[in-house]
Amino acid sequence: MSALLEFDRLRVEIPTPVGPRPLLRSVSLSVAAGEAVGLVGESGSGKSMTARSVLGMLPGGSVATGAVRFRGVDIGGLDPAGLRRLRSRDVAMVFQDPRASVNPVRTVGDFLTEVLRERGMSRAAAREKAGGILADIGVDRLAHRLKQRPYELSGGMLQRVVIAAALAGEPALILADEPTTALDVTTQEEVVAILDEQRRQRGTALLFISHDLELATAVCDRIAVMYAGEIVEILPAARLHEDARHPYTKALLKARPGSVPPGERLQTVPGVPQSAIDAPAGCVFADRCPVVEPLCRDTIPVLTAGVACHLEVS
Amino acid sequence: MILEVTDLRKVFGSHVAVDGVSFGVGSGGSLAIVGESGSGKTTCARIVAGLERATAGTIRLGDLTDKSDRKSRARMVQMVFQDPYQSLDRRQTVASCLDEVLKFHGRDERPRRTKELLDLVGLDQRHAKALPKQLSGGQRQRVAIARALAPEPRLLILDEAVAALDVSIQAQVLNLLADARKATGVGYLFITHDLSVVRHVCDDVIVMHRGKIVEAGPVEKVLTSPEADYTRKLVGSIPRPGWVPTRA
Amino acid sequence: MTLALATPLRLPARRLASFGWATTIAGVICLLVALTALLAPWIAPHDPTAVDPLNAYAPFSAAHPLGTDDLGRDLLSRLIAGSRTSLAGPLVVIVLSGATGTAIAVAAAWIGGWFDAAVSRVLDILFAFPGLVLAITVTAVFGAGFLAPVVALSLAYVPIIARVMRAAALRERSLPYVEALRVQGFSGWHICRRHLLPNLAPLLVVQAAISFGYAMIDLASISFLGLGLQPPAADWGLMIANGQPSILAGFPQQSIAAAVAVVITVVAFTVVAERMASR
Repeated sequence: MSALLEFDRLRVEIPTPVGPRPLLRSVSLSVAAGEAVGLVGESGSGKSMTARSVLGMLPGGSVATGAVRFRGVDIGGLDPAGLRRLRSRDVAMVFQDPRASVNPVRTVGDFLTEVLRERGMSRAAAREKAGGILADIGVDRLAHRLKQRPYELSGGMLQRVVIAAALAGEPALILADEPTTALDVTTQEEVVAILDEQRRQRGTALLFISHDLELATAVCDRIAVMYAGEIVEILPAARLHEDARHPYTKALLKARPGSVPPGERLQTVPGVPQSAIDAPAGCVFADRCPVVEPLCRDTIPVLTAGVACHLEVS
Repeated sequence: MILEVTDLRKVFGSHVAVDGVSFGVGSGGSLAIVGESGSGKTTCARIVAGLERATAGTIRLGDLTDKSDRKSRARMVQMVFQDPYQSLDRRQTVASCLDEVLKFHGRDERPRRTKELLDLVGLDQRHAKALPKQLSGGQRQRVAIARALAPEPRLLILDEAVAALDVSIQAQVLNLLADARKATGVGYLFITHDLSVVRHVCDDVIVMHRGKIVEAGPVEKVLTSPEADYTRKLVGSIPRPGWVPTRA
Repeated sequence: MTLALATPLRLPARRLASFGWATTIAGVICLLVALTALLAPWIAPHDPTAVDPLNAYAPFSAAHPLGTDDLGRDLLSRLIAGSRTSLAGPLVVIVLSGATGTAIAVAAAWIGGWFDAAVSRVLDILFAFPGLVLAITVTAVFGAGFLAPVVALSLAYVPIIARVMRAAALRERSLPYVEALRVQGFSGWHICRRHLLPNLAPLLVVQAAISFGYAMIDLASISFLGLGLQPPAADWGLMIANGQPSILAGFPQQSIAAAVAVVITVVAFTVVAERMASR
C-alpha cells in the first residue's frame, strides 16, 4: 500500500529574537489512498499546523525541514502553480467555523460551483453536479438552497454545504480541521455521518483533526495522538481503548468524565498541555508523565511500532 | 430549597426564549440544565443570576426578597462564565481581583482569605501576582471559580464553565468543583451541552428544547433510560466507544 | 503547575529598535518640541518681543540663526516662544474633548436604551458640522484670543472622540468580566470607574495623540485668519499670517520657519500616534 500523503520527520521552526523555536518537532505519518486518519490532541499540540502544512500554509517566516509528500512529490518543492493545482484539485479543506470560511455575500450556488467553473466546466454542468452532491448529502429544496446566502443557513446546514464544496472538486484527500466543534451534538452526529459516508463511497482519504478521541475513533481507521508538536502514538481506531500504550494516550482516555463511575475522582495529568516551544528536551511528555524515568528527560524516544515511549519499546 | 423557579418565561421581541419552565436546587444540591444552542438554558441561568429580567414567573433565591440589594443577592448566587479568556479584567492581577471582591463584601483578614481561596482552586502565591494573560485557560477558569466563591454564595451557576477547556484540564476543574462543593456546601446550577459532564457532577437534570423542559429527573435515570424523544436523540449523539454516527 | 512567562524580557535597546527608526525619530522630535515649549523663556536667545527696526529682515547670522522679521525681532526666539501657545492650544483641546467625549461615551454605552440613542443622534448632528467652521463662528461671536477658539474646537472634537470611545465602551461592556462584576454586586459607577475606564485608557491616549495633530493645524488656521491670538504674541499660525507681506518683500523666512515647525510637529505626533494605535 503506497502512501497518498506522507509526513516524513516534518519539523517547523519559527525565528524569534532568542533563536529559532519549534512549532512542530517531528511529525511522521502516512495516509493511504481512501484511508481515514484521526489526528487527535489538545490545544497547542500542532495538529492544525500539521494539516495546514499539506497545503503549504505555514506561518510567515517559518522554516520547514523534513518533507510532506503527496503522491510521492515533496510539497515544499512545488512552484506556485503546482501548489495552486494541489489546493484546487487534489486536496480540499474543511475548517472549524463554516461562517468564517465561506464568503458571506455570495450564494451557496456560486460557492459550490466556483472550483468546477475554474476548471472550465460550463455553468449548467457545474450547477447540476453541485446540486447532485447536495442531494447526496441529504439537502432538500435544491433550487432554493443554491440561491440562498450563507447567513440564511444554520451552522449545521452551512457546514454541509462546505463539505459538499469539498467533495465537488473530487479531491483525493480531505483535510477536516475540527469540522464539528462549533456545532451542537445532534447536528455534529449528522455532519460526521455525512462526511464518513460520502468519503467512503468516493474512496476519498481523510485527515480528521479533533480534540475528541471518541469522535475521531468513530470516523477513522487509525488514530494518531499528538502532543507538543510530535506524534506520540499511532494505533488502529478500533483498538484505541484496548491497545493504548503511551502514557499520554492513556491519560487522555482516563480524563474523560465518562471513564469513571459518577462521583469518583477523575484521573488527571498534572500541569497544562504544552506546545512544542515549551516541551522538554527529551520525550515531549516527560514533564507531566506519571511514570517518567531519567532517560525520558534528555533522550527523544523514536516512534517505533506505533508508540514513541522509552518504557514501551525497551 | 436554595433556588425555586416557577413558570419562568422570557420573551425577546417576538421570540419566546424560555416558555413556562420550573425547577429547583436544594441546599448543596446540583442540578444540570442541558440542551443545545437556542434551547433557552443560558437565558434561564442569566435570569437566576440577575443579568436578565424574566418576562413572567417567580424566582425564589433563599431568603431574598424583592427589596434585597445587589450585595445580598451576590452573597446568595454567583456565576462562572464559559470563556476563561474574557471573564477576568485583563489589567488586574489575580490577588487584586479576589481582594476587590472580599473588600466589597466587607470580609476581614483579606490576605489570608485570598490565600485560602487560591488554595481551594489549586493555585499558589506565584499565580496571585500574575495577570490573566500570563495564565493558561484552565488557570483562568480556576481564578474565576475562586472569585465566584469569594462572597461564599449558596448557589453557583456554571454556564458552560468547562466547555472551552482541554480534556486534561477539564478533568482537573471538574475534580476541583467536586472538592469545592464538599468544602463549602455550595449548590450548583450547571448549564451545559455535555452529557458526560452532567453524569459526572450532577444529581438531577432537566433537558430543555426550544424553551421548554422536555424531561426532568435524577441524572442516572434520565441518561440511562430517557423517555422523551429529544432526550433519546441527545443521548444517542454523544460520541462513545462503539458509537456509529447516523443521519436522521 | 508552572507559570508560563508570556514573553521573554526584552532589552531596552532591542525594544527601541522594534519601534522602527521612523517612530524613534518622531518620538525624539515630539520630546524636543515639548521640552522647548517647557523651557522656552530660558532657552530663547533673545526677547521674542524685542523690536529692533534697524535690524529688520536680518539674514542668517550667529546672533540670529534664523534671521529677524519685519520688526527686527529674532525669528528663532519667536519660534521657541510660539511653541508654547502652539502646543498648549491643542493640548487643552484634547484634554477637554477627551474627558468630555469619554464621559459621554461611557455613560451612553453603560446606560444604553433611549439615552444612548439620544446621545448618538446629537453626536451625529455635531459631527456633521465642520469643526473649523464651528470654531470660527464661536470666535466671531465671543471674540478672538486663546480661550474662545480652544473651547470651540474642544466642543467640535467631542463627537470625534465620543464616537470611537462609545464603540470601544460597548465592546468592553459586552465582555463577560463586566457581567461577572455585576453578578458580584458591584455598582455601575464602580465598574465604569475601576474597570471600564482603565481598560479604555490606552485607546483614549491614541485617539488624543491623533487628534493633537489635527487640533494643531485647526488652531494654526484660526490664528492665520486672525481670530486666535493677537499680535505681538508669538504663535506659529499667527507667524505664518504675519509673514505674508514679507514674502512679497522677498523675505519669506518667517512664514516658512513657522510652517515648517507646524508640519514637523504634526507629522511627528501623528507618526507616534499611528504607531501606538497599531500596537
